[in-house]
Amino acid sequence: MNQMPSFPDPEAERKRIIKQRNWMLGGLLVGMVVLFYFITIARLGG
Amino acid sequence: MTSVSTPGTAQSAPLPADWRDFFALTKPRVMSLVIFTGLCGLLAAPVPVNPVLGFTAILCIALGAGGSAALNMWWEADIDAQMKRTAARPLPAGRMSRESARDFGLILALISVLIMGVGVGYLAAAILAFSIFYYAVIYTMWLKPRTPQNIVIGGGAGAFPPMIGWIAATGEITLMPVLLFAIIFFWTPPHFWALALFVETDYAKAGIPMMPVVAGQHSTRRQILVYAVLLLPLAMLPFWIAGAGVVYGASALLLSAIFLVLALRVAVFRQGVGETDMGPEKRLFAFSVFYLFALFAALVADRWIMG
Repeated sequence: MNQMPSFPDPEAERKRIIKQRNWMLGGLLVGMVVLFYFITIARLGG
Repeated sequence: MTSVSTPGTAQSAPLPADWRDFFALTKPRVMSLVIFTGLCGLLAAPVPVNPVLGFTAILCIALGAGGSAALNMWWEADIDAQMKRTAARPLPAGRMSRESARDFGLILALISVLIMGVGVGYLAAAILAFSIFYYAVIYTMWLKPRTPQNIVIGGGAGAFPPMIGWIAATGEITLMPVLLFAIIFFWTPPHFWALALFVETDYAKAGIPMMPVVAGQHSTRRQILVYAVLLLPLAMLPFWIAGAGVVYGASALLLSAIFLVLALRVAVFRQGVGETDMGPEKRLFAFSVFYLFALFAALVADRWIMG
């Protein structure tokens, strides 16, 4: 039996995309903090 | 970051651009070659590199390349919309606003130069900044739409990563990074013109003065051969005068000879190949990608094997 294709709710889709982007941005910022920490250690070590 | 609605849908409010669209702006496939050549420049340098600073240098090269690619897509959104190969990119497909692409590109470029300067060194950061300016402004905005030599000039932008990698490791500009720059500079025209020969109609439609569109196929084929001939001795120079060993020398000779034979097939010996059959051009394009990977891998292998 063929089923009708279901379209996602635009508002739910918007929230999902923004949530994903926020997680990505947060991850990148944490990554940069960690990177700067290790750069500092590396440069202190000469 | 703003967004635009997806064409062909009946949504009342536009959806924001997905993170995958931002990732696509960085031209990941081109970036893989940039990362590889940058890493080779770093690993082939005759000094030990702190792994953290080496990783930071490559990250900055990748971010800088991604930023300049995003700026390129921002500027060329109208052109991309006219070509089949690029019509599905986030901007021409309507999945993202131009301002978002521009801001994303500027932020990536700025971050890459700042981290390179603070973390690795100011000389490497200055050259990275110039390479971004060269690709985004000199090539994309100024010369690409104006001259059929655009690819020759644009080759300079792609030639910077191994130079930056080397300088990030050593902190100085010597003969070898200049030779690495020159190899990619002379490799780019035959690589890209081979592609332009079999996607010629797309560039003509978009009004880009690509060499086959302006000078014709015959002239383009001849120029491909000229660059392939020049590339052979140039690829040998690191072995002859800049201290690379026999592993690199033998690899460069073999790879450049094959490159030359394939270029000859495109430029001279096309007997038995129909006008519409672009097999030799496609083979040259495919081999040119392998050529660069193999040549730089040989340089690193030589450094690690021969010392």
